[in-house]
Amino acid sequence: MAEERALAGVSEVQKKIRSAFDVFDHEQNQTVDVREIGTIIRSLGRFPTEAELHDVIAEIEEEEPAGFIRFEKFLPTMSRILMENKLRPVPEDLLLQAFEVLDQQKKGHLDPEELSRYLTQEGDPFSQEEMEEMLSAALDPEKNLIFYRDFVSMMTADEPW
Amino acid sequence: MGCGVTKGGEFHKRYDKDGNIISVRISAVTKAIRAAVLIQRWYRQYVARMELRRRYTWNIFQSIEYAGQQDQIKLYNFLGYLVDNFTPSSNERNLISHIFRENEVCRDIEWERFFDYRHIEVPDIYSGPRLTFPLNADQAADLVEAFRSKQQLHSRYVLQLLGETWKLLRVLPNINRISTCHSKEITICGDLHGQLEDLLLIFYKNGMPSMEKAYVFNGDFVDRGKDSIEILLILFAFLLVYPGEVHLNRGNHEDHIINLRYGFTKEVLGKYKMHGKRILKLLQKIFSWLPLATVIDQKVLIVHGGISDTTDLALVARVDRHKYVSSLRPPKRRISHSVRASVDSDMDEDLVGSKYSILNRRRASLTYARPFPARESFQHRSLQDFSSTVARTMEEELEIRRRQAAMTRPGYSMSCRNLNTSMLSPSSSDSLDAFENVQNEWKQILDLLWSDPMIPDGCVPNEVRGGGCYWGPNVTEEFLNKHSMQLIIRSHECKQDGYEFCHNRKVLTIFSASNYYEVGSNRGAFVRLGPDLVPYFIQYQANSMTREMSVRQSLRRTEHSALKVLREQLFAHKSDLMSAFQQHDKENTGLISLSDWGSAMSQVLHLDLPWRMLRSQLITTTTDDMLDYHNWFRNLAIKEKSYEHIEQTLLDTLYKHRSTLETIFRIVDTDNSGFISFEDFRQTWKLLNAYLKMEISEESINDLVVSIDTNKDGNIDIDEFMESFRLVDKNMLERGKSLFMRRSEEYDGPQDETTNQPPQTPTNKEGGFLAPP
Repeated sequence: MAEERALAGVSEVQKKIRSAFDVFDHEQNQTVDVREIGTIIRSLGRFPTEAELHDVIAEIEEEEPAGFIRFEKFLPTMSRILMENKLRPVPEDLLLQAFEVLDQQKKGHLDPEELSRYLTQEGDPFSQEEMEEMLSAALDPEKNLIFYRDFVSMMTADEPW
Repeated sequence: MGCGVTKGGEFHKRYDKDGNIISVRISAVTKAIRAAVLIQRWYRQYVARMELRRRYTWNIFQSIEYAGQQDQIKLYNFLGYLVDNFTPSSNERNLISHIFRENEVCRDIEWERFFDYRHIEVPDIYSGPRLTFPLNADQAADLVEAFRSKQQLHSRYVLQLLGETWKLLRVLPNINRISTCHSKEITICGDLHGQLEDLLLIFYKNGMPSMEKAYVFNGDFVDRGKDSIEILLILFAFLLVYPGEVHLNRGNHEDHIINLRYGFTKEVLGKYKMHGKRILKLLQKIFSWLPLATVIDQKVLIVHGGISDTTDLALVARVDRHKYVSSLRPPKRRISHSVRASVDSDMDEDLVGSKYSILNRRRASLTYARPFPARESFQHRSLQDFSSTVARTMEEELEIRRRQAAMTRPGYSMSCRNLNTSMLSPSSSDSLDAFENVQNEWKQILDLLWSDPMIPDGCVPNEVRGGGCYWGPNVTEEFLNKHSMQLIIRSHECKQDGYEFCHNRKVLTIFSASNYYEVGSNRGAFVRLGPDLVPYFIQYQANSMTREMSVRQSLRRTEHSALKVLREQLFAHKSDLMSAFQQHDKENTGLISLSDWGSAMSQVLHLDLPWRMLRSQLITTTTDDMLDYHNWFRNLAIKEKSYEHIEQTLLDTLYKHRSTLETIFRIVDTDNSGFISFEDFRQTWKLLNAYLKMEISEESINDLVVSIDTNKDGNIDIDEFMESFRLVDKNMLERGKSLFMRRSEEYDGPQDETTNQPPQTPTNKEGGFLAPP
């Protein structure tokens, strides 16, 4: 019984991966553009850093990198990641704490300039475009401040599936 | 983790002679960096999730749009069926002649007299533009301003303007040939679909047409949006003022039968109650006289739909384009013995006097590909006696065509159907040739107006649209080489960013109606070409709301709309879905697994969608991962109480074919009162029923009619009837909150009818894709 369940579990996982992959398989030929791999992995509820992402891609790329990734290479790697719970989500409360760390004076909000500086210069820096997009979602236009608690709720509200 | 830790690691190891203070500060830096990394990881994950949803939301709209195109085929087939099968039974004949009277010009009245505007008086209180002809640029600009201020042009001026336009169009060639040396840059716009705001935005960003500013408008000016007539009037005005600089291409929506279904007819009749029908008649002519394509510097082809592997521009240049009035009615063949002296050679097609004209106009069955049995037998057939001929439902029909398409017979659908018949009226070989010529020409035009590019090589009939082809990169290559051209610019398909290249950047799709599916669904774009013929794009999105909405809000809204539309599809296929579910539930427990749910959905709806992903949006409660499907359906939508006793399959059919029904009703409602009689409704329904080979009893139909006629006055309000098909999500009503919104304050704009409001007759007819036109 447990074995059946386990097998069923495996096939569920595979179907999930298949579904996500298919959305990005524009030509319906079991390949996706390599630049979409990050999106696909993340949409499956994983939280890779850029470095981790590069590692995954290196593993599943063609011998002669051709700009696309084939499903048959993606599936086993991704299955393993899901089954072994790798690249796992960071708990939501840590996300809130991260903002609180940046908010040294504990004001409850952050300056857009401040936040931009951190996010575009440190860690896995955001591109200008990413930063602008985040600000458009996070910034309170009237006060020109980021009330990060609300923003965190928003980001964590949608359940990854 | 990333480089942050390494940095932090380094810092941690440093010891300062001051000791503690500095290490605390350093540690804070590390923490900050780690925090940044964390935020970045989360945010990117969040964006990825949004992207996924955006993609499949888009897929929903596109799938359903294409599925909806099939309604056109339904209508076409139904009209064809009526023509072939009606007999002299008094009731039916009345109805059918009603239907076809619409599509014939009154033979007994001279054309010019019919469209004479001179007797129409303009009252003093009219504050709109008063046009004088010939038009000048100021008047055109004033017209734009007037429409921006929501004024309406008086029907006298409308008719006059249209008359002048027609005169001009008649002298234009099938293919406009223009050059960048005259006006340095040429601006090309795609589909506008009655969205005046977008046209105004284009003029604002790019300037109005002038001697220095040439424009090509690539078809589909009308339908769906609510200001189609205003757009037409503006375009025609500028055409008259700058005939050398403004060029219009015909789109597949410049077609009076399509307009019946997609809203333009209704718009005109609504805005011009007295002269609307005349205006529509004149437009029917004008549409058929619109040029088919434009070529820039002999190098760039601009056409609304696209090409096929048989497209021959030389041939296209030679056709009598005005003979091809509508893609839903194959071209008429002239009967030699019915020649009548006519004022204008243009009138010939309308003066077919033979009493068999209706029968002869249709050369082949539109419902299936086999040749017809002997024609003579038709006249004696009654409606009841058709069962062997109308053997297939629409779905079966398409399936067969799909299979046949695999044998790559080009241009199979609407155009080729006619070629398939071996049954023609007795004729000489001469007129047989002529007939084939006409068929070939018709296919050429259909291909130009209806085709879509596809990714693989080849050329297959476009079954989804029912006309034109899907053409591949090799066809583009051959075509461009053959005609010594370098680029094809076309429209016809909505693109998220307003434009999109394909076929190795040799084909460009340009689409100018922003927010086409829903507010925030897509941008519009236009393209400028200078003498170097390098495209330069400008994108935009009308509606101030979208600029203020964040990506997230815009996505939520679009998603909401897409899901709503999807649920309507589910509802339309309820019986089939039920049977499919029951197949997975042999023991009749009322429960199925989520996985089986997915398979059933996929199988029944034939919509290529990520069902697993949509699961969480469409299913809210499961017990042990099993779905109670009866309950699920109940919660999917509520129906009008009065319909509750009506049998499900009947209701399903009605729902599935509601747009065809509505179109027929509007044709039948000849005085445009918005009402049709009991009897007409019954007859129409009976005919559709017969055509679809449904076995629905007289009794059920009568019950239906009685329940629809809510005020019992023997008349049925068409609008009310169609409104009853608008679905309301019971869950939303009960919880007072959208399933798909987390917080109601996320919407900037006016509340959508389905959120936070008690049940009421919805009034918003313009929103959403499947709203009645």
